[in-house]
Amino acid sequence: MKVAITARGNDPKAEADPRFGRCQYFVIADVEKGTFEAIANANQNAGGGAGVAAAQALVNAGVEVVLTGNVGPNALRVLQEAGIKVYSTAAPTVQAALQQWQAGGVSPLSRATVGSHFGMGRGGNKW
Amino acid sequence: MQELLVISGKGGTGKTSIVAALAALAEDKVLADCDVDAADLHLLLRPEVESVNEFYGSNKAVIDVRICTGCGRCLEVCRYEAIKEFRVNPVFCEGCGACKLACAAGAITMEPNLAGYWYISDTPYGPLVHAQLGIAEDNSGKLVTLVRQEARRLAQENNASLIITDGPPGIGCPVISSLAGVTLALVVTEPTVAGRHDLERVLSLASHFKVPVTVCINKYDLAPEKTREIEDYCHNAAITIAGKIPFDIDVARALVNAVPLTACSSGAAARAVRALWDSLQVHLERLKKSLS
Amino acid sequence: MHVAVASGKGGTGKTTIAVNLALALAEKIPVQVLDCDVEEPNAHLFLQPVFQQEEPVTLPVPEVDNARCDGCGRCSEACAFHALAVAGGRVITFPEMCHGCGACIAACPQGALAEKPQRIGVVARGRAGRIDFVQGKIDVGVPLAPPVIRAVKKQARGEGLTLLDAPPGTSCPVVAAVKDCNFCLLVTEPTPFGLNDLRLAVGMVRELGIPFAVVINRSTLGDLRVERYCRHEGIPVLLKIPFNKKYAATYARGKCLVQEYPEWAPAFAGLWREIERLVARHAGIAGN
Repeated sequence: MKVAITARGNDPKAEADPRFGRCQYFVIADVEKGTFEAIANANQNAGGGAGVAAAQALVNAGVEVVLTGNVGPNALRVLQEAGIKVYSTAAPTVQAALQQWQAGGVSPLSRATVGSHFGMGRGGNKW
Repeated sequence: MQELLVISGKGGTGKTSIVAALAALAEDKVLADCDVDAADLHLLLRPEVESVNEFYGSNKAVIDVRICTGCGRCLEVCRYEAIKEFRVNPVFCEGCGACKLACAAGAITMEPNLAGYWYISDTPYGPLVHAQLGIAEDNSGKLVTLVRQEARRLAQENNASLIITDGPPGIGCPVISSLAGVTLALVVTEPTVAGRHDLERVLSLASHFKVPVTVCINKYDLAPEKTREIEDYCHNAAITIAGKIPFDIDVARALVNAVPLTACSSGAAARAVRALWDSLQVHLERLKKSLS
Repeated sequence: MHVAVASGKGGTGKTTIAVNLALALAEKIPVQVLDCDVEEPNAHLFLQPVFQQEEPVTLPVPEVDNARCDGCGRCSEACAFHALAVAGGRVITFPEMCHGCGACIAACPQGALAEKPQRIGVVARGRAGRIDFVQGKIDVGVPLAPPVIRAVKKQARGEGLTLLDAPPGTSCPVVAAVKDCNFCLLVTEPTPFGLNDLRLAVGMVRELGIPFAVVINRSTLGDLRVERYCRHEGIPVLLKIPFNKKYAATYARGKCLVQEYPEWAPAFAGLWREIERLVARHAGIAGN
């Protein structure tokens, strides 16, 4: 099973990024194999639609679980339509987020936590 | 960290002069100029540019004449009248790529387009992130997003508690990109029929994006009855008026001398801007509390 | 003849120049005003037209026929604006991101996408005395001004003078308004902001190859740098309107200079003669 974590770096030790569409990297963990790969978020600076593009990239990568801070409504719709489970986490690193998910300590997101365009501004830290 | 955006709907109401005047009063802040079409804040803040960075907008179609067979499919599919005589005019190309899809000969590529520059500068009033979109370029929303991201990064690095942003006029693409997710929008209006009309449009945009707003009436004494109309309108819409600035020749003087008003004048307008800043601080403090 | 009134900086007096020029000429020649500042249209506040018809402006956005779609994802790959995604074998559309370019339709191998009109604004047409008046207005929250501007320009008549009140700035909405005009008047003010933004606007009209001249508004409220720049660049300054608290009050109430201060009418008539002369000269140069 592939789990994607939004991150500021490209390895498991990287800081987790609470923004979904405008994070720098998606670190993808293959839970069974215990391996990691990273995809750079090509649409981090898109004028609009960064969330949709990011969600599409994860769908195409065959991800089944996403761990992040905040997701906007458009991106969430794409992820949900693909049957990807989205969980909210405030863990500081990629590894910590993964451990938190494995321990069942993350809460599922069924509604957008932020409005459209959110990651353009405030998303960098909680407030 | 909080983000205060100054917008106006109508252009020329005094946004930039007010941002510069606030910049000279506020402490621990980063400044951002999101009016990337016609950036002016740097003219008052005298920045020393520390880094110049390229900004790439949307890709532009390029036709390779050696491969082009002249079939004309690209001309048929382009909805922006950007292709004439098998040449793409980059000014009108929106980078959609429909022509590339239509080209059977594979003569069209989508090439990156240097659409402007963004800068990080040091000013006597704190760091400034600003930009200049190239002439007749599109994608101002994307450049605005970049300026805001850089301002946030700088603010985090410098432990600044506030970002003050000079916004673009209007209610379109760059304004939407400037507005999304800010802590508070200060809408600067003027007591004219046009100022009032445009105020209503920009307030409904802010409400559409659920951004808290407060209003400042600039040159309020030039048309007292229009000022009253705006006050009544705001009162009925439960929108606060954070300040009223009188017409003062010192404002024009400060502008011509390229200095922030509050750094060179103790006249009526400068005093009013100080009062405005006090009131904005109360607003921001209240918004901080309501979130914690 | 199509004359655009533009300015880099907002609030310099574009609308003032457009409406006063329209009023000063309406008795003599057919005049049409197209308000292309579709984010914040203001000319109607001064001309008070009676609107006779209103038409929505729409953008063609994709609609999916799920019976035909096999979820291949080509549409999502083709869309430069991220207005479509394919997930769980189905296409999801985000019409608010769509630019109406039609790339997705062309990319679909199954013919599963069709276009449906989505409203993004409105064009209204009416009359203000002898002036034919058209205005465009984008719906609040819509980021795309150029399609509404193009819809306004489709209403242009061929005869007499068509005046286009352009949006401020120098990027795509302004280009959409000024494109294909015979002449462009750039309105500025004699301040560092006015000068900086005038330079950008001059760059824009030069890029478009349109002849242009400058009008300086509130000409007494600043310095001489704008005039010096114009002289240096060989740009004609066709009109200067001094700052006057009475004029400001007239504007504030939504009244027009040529109506409250008729002594200004000849100045606007003269402005028109100068424009005609410059256009003829440009045509002569272009013809050679």
